[in-house]
Amino acid sequence: MKFAVVVFPGSNCDIDMYHAISDELGEEVEYVWHDAHCLDDFDAILLPGGFSYGDYLRSGAIARFSNVMKAIKKAADDGKPILGVCNGFQILLEAGLLPGAMRRNDTLTFICRPVKLRVENNETIFTSQYERGEVITIPIAHGEGNYYCDEQTLQQLIANNQIVFRYEGENPNGSLHNIAGIVNEKGNVLGMMPHPERAVHELLGGADGLKLFQSIVTYWRDAHVVTT
Amino acid sequence: MSLLLEPSPAMIKEQKLYREMGLTDEEFAMVERILGRSPNYTETGIFSVMWSEHCSYKNSKPVLKKFPTEGKHVLQGPGEGAGIVDIGDGLAVAFKIESHNHPSAIEPYQGAATGVGGIIRDVFSMGARPIALLNSLRFGELTSPRVRYLFERVVAGIAGYGNCVGIPTVGGEVQFDAAYEGNPLVNAMCVGLIRHEDIQKGIASGVGNTVMYVGAKTGRDGIHGATFASEELTEQSEQKRPAVQVGDPFMEKLLLEACLEVIHSDALVGMQDMGAAGLTSSSAEMASKAGSGIELNLDLVPQREAGMTPYEMMLSESQERMLLVVQKGREQEIIDVFAKYGLEAKAIGHVTDDHMLRLYHRGEVVAEIPVDALAKDAPVYHKPSQEPAYYREFQTMEYVPTVDNYEETLLALLSQPTIASKEWVYEQYDYMVRTNTVVAPGSDAAVLRIRGTNKALAMTTDCNSRYVYLDPEVGGKIAIAEAARNIVCSGAQPLAVTDCLNFGSPEKPEIFWQLEKAVEGMSEACRVLETPVISGNVSLYNETNGEAIYPTPIVGMVGIVQHMSHVTTQSFKQPGDFIYVIGEAKQEFGGSELQKWLTGRIFGKAPTIDLRVEAKRQKQLLAAIRAGVVASAHDVSEGGLAVAIAECLMDAPGLGARVTIQGDIVSELFSETQSRFVVSVKREHQQAFEQLVQAVCIGEVTNDGTLHVTNGDTCILHVPVETMRNVWKGAIPCLLKSKD
Repeated sequence: MKFAVVVFPGSNCDIDMYHAISDELGEEVEYVWHDAHCLDDFDAILLPGGFSYGDYLRSGAIARFSNVMKAIKKAADDGKPILGVCNGFQILLEAGLLPGAMRRNDTLTFICRPVKLRVENNETIFTSQYERGEVITIPIAHGEGNYYCDEQTLQQLIANNQIVFRYEGENPNGSLHNIAGIVNEKGNVLGMMPHPERAVHELLGGADGLKLFQSIVTYWRDAHVVTT
Repeated sequence: MSLLLEPSPAMIKEQKLYREMGLTDEEFAMVERILGRSPNYTETGIFSVMWSEHCSYKNSKPVLKKFPTEGKHVLQGPGEGAGIVDIGDGLAVAFKIESHNHPSAIEPYQGAATGVGGIIRDVFSMGARPIALLNSLRFGELTSPRVRYLFERVVAGIAGYGNCVGIPTVGGEVQFDAAYEGNPLVNAMCVGLIRHEDIQKGIASGVGNTVMYVGAKTGRDGIHGATFASEELTEQSEQKRPAVQVGDPFMEKLLLEACLEVIHSDALVGMQDMGAAGLTSSSAEMASKAGSGIELNLDLVPQREAGMTPYEMMLSESQERMLLVVQKGREQEIIDVFAKYGLEAKAIGHVTDDHMLRLYHRGEVVAEIPVDALAKDAPVYHKPSQEPAYYREFQTMEYVPTVDNYEETLLALLSQPTIASKEWVYEQYDYMVRTNTVVAPGSDAAVLRIRGTNKALAMTTDCNSRYVYLDPEVGGKIAIAEAARNIVCSGAQPLAVTDCLNFGSPEKPEIFWQLEKAVEGMSEACRVLETPVISGNVSLYNETNGEAIYPTPIVGMVGIVQHMSHVTTQSFKQPGDFIYVIGEAKQEFGGSELQKWLTGRIFGKAPTIDLRVEAKRQKQLLAAIRAGVVASAHDVSEGGLAVAIAECLMDAPGLGARVTIQGDIVSELFSETQSRFVVSVKREHQQAFEQLVQAVCIGEVTNDGTLHVTNGDTCILHVPVETMRNVWKGAIPCLLKSKD
């Protein structure tokens, strides 16, 4: 299986994502520059964290106009797994691939620390390797992770089981309903503020993020076996 | 000022306008001798900024010569963007520390942010990939609203820049003392990793080669920043706000990636950051180092604003700019690399063989100066030095504190901002990005793995300026020794030092004496501990309205962990482990946290240090760590043994400690005697540990979540760890919430 790590000017967790896939997951992975037009060669698309375009104007607001976004939308329509982490999540929101918006953390400061997450939905292609209700530890590192959406959207997210991760215990940024990660209705686009790619080795303080990537591989293998 | 309004050479001389730019009458006369004529306005500006202390080190050069700078691992000593040390496997580590004190005192967010930006460029200008940032900060007491503002905005500025560029901020220290009230210290250190074959230098060699400008456009910001940094802060300094630059970390990130790509092209001859004194210093220094000259056409310099004069362009300190020298005819290769990142690389001049910096503007020569006069032949002063009266008085003073309630005292010390948890600070820094951070902020030194090897790098910054104030020579020794202690505690061999010498005005003989003595002490410690100085920076004139800061020679140190299994932290690991102390306590309280807390000031003698003993203990501890018989290691520093043991428990959920002390209780608990460590050892390793290290077993780690200290049969301390943790973690957030 082949992963793409999309690199925007200002992305800076691209290397972390790349090494999580190549070194810890042991799958094929390539960097894709933001002006690429086609992602057809890839089985899953990863949008890493960082500060695309310096977060100027608004996090993700400029990156959504990149050439590669058309290819990402196509991949989303094709049902490929797309994961946006941190700035990647913000870009997916700005691009309309996920509902809602981000506000500044309610502390008004950047926060970097490991946090506890509850796996609310383990029936997605990103979370099948977790138990439902499992509490995992994954680091956050953001200044704008205070997720917000209107009441109607929130009810839809709840009704469709689109809330995948919630902060467990203390909510670090003030996000609505302790939301840490959501999927689209179809279930193939996941956006999350915490960084699973930073939790893939005990050396780094924990490996709870690895199962997320293993879930994607499991999904792909299953689908691949069926189609061939 | 428009070109038409610029004063003529005659006016500059007659009205002594050069004085406003920081040149003395004697220096102006020297300029006239060098040029054989009076300088014009642009030339006067160029000389003044290049001969400022910040760029020329004219007052500190004779002192800096005392530092040992050579060692078997040193690949690049002082003089380039950063020093470089070999770490084996074809790899090397490049690092440097630099101050941004004056800008941060006036505009804390941008001052701190651009300090970070500048030091990152120094490291990648060598061809090294920046892998970590550290910073050493000093502020007044947090009870002052102005200090709280400076503290919050400096931290936000460091976070805003470092996080965006994507380089983890992994360590450093913050201390608070009234001496820094009007003049905070912001020292930023950057560590980079490089393959030997990729090492670049800032040289302009090869006559006819092209000088290229890359990065942000030149604006009118930061003009005379280096001059401003070389004078004392006064009530008028607020007016110097325009001398503070504005940072763009996004531009820096693009520039960083492009420059690290361009180093693989053999079309590149040399590269240097346009830091202090911008285009002037980079061009003059690159030419001087190569023994060449440079001609620039200023009309070609990318400009942010219309109508900029040569004076403004040459003195601007606009950020995120680099100067490259490229083989003639191969400019397009460089242009293509930068274009990928949306950056312009522009040819603005060429290398000559006449040793001159020659500037053209609108077809005319607007400056013509020998490059060596600006760089290596800048004036050097041997300032008078005099032992201050306070020092003689302190040497005669004896101080023995009395403590009635040990528990109250311990909790009070844990809540002193200098000792208290700095979580509020480092949680605002992305300390994990690039996923190499193995030991995060909060332990003795930060540790980063080196991908593709089994090795790691340990790094720290240290300086207890109270000791340096009481006794500069001893305090200088301690600063180096403490940094090395922190490196050793994390399982690494100390490699080398970068230093940032923050002092008051060198014009005062007492201050110059502090500088001289501190450097002598540091140099001796560097020799004994085998850690040469490979880079550094000097920041003088740290005074507000005539009052100098404590002499603060910040030490940045990097060490190599030979195998990942050696990585050690300060936290106790499991119940039943024995607790050892290396080194015995003496009645030493001069400059201690206890003295400060009890008397509100510091005085007397600094703690003594025997560098041979220090070196021996460090070697023994490192040998034990490498033998795998040490569970945790922590140095005893501010607050003494009681605070050190408490710190070993802060990040060890559920654990406690039961220890027994003997002798003078106050000294045992709170003395800041040097060269001491707290180590925990698994029971099965007791014998092996004792064979390797001379240490005394004082107790064991428990699972009752309490610190329990007895003296003989008497219980003198019985404090729940939770209570200590709350006080220690809550102190800084609590002070910041204060509305007074």
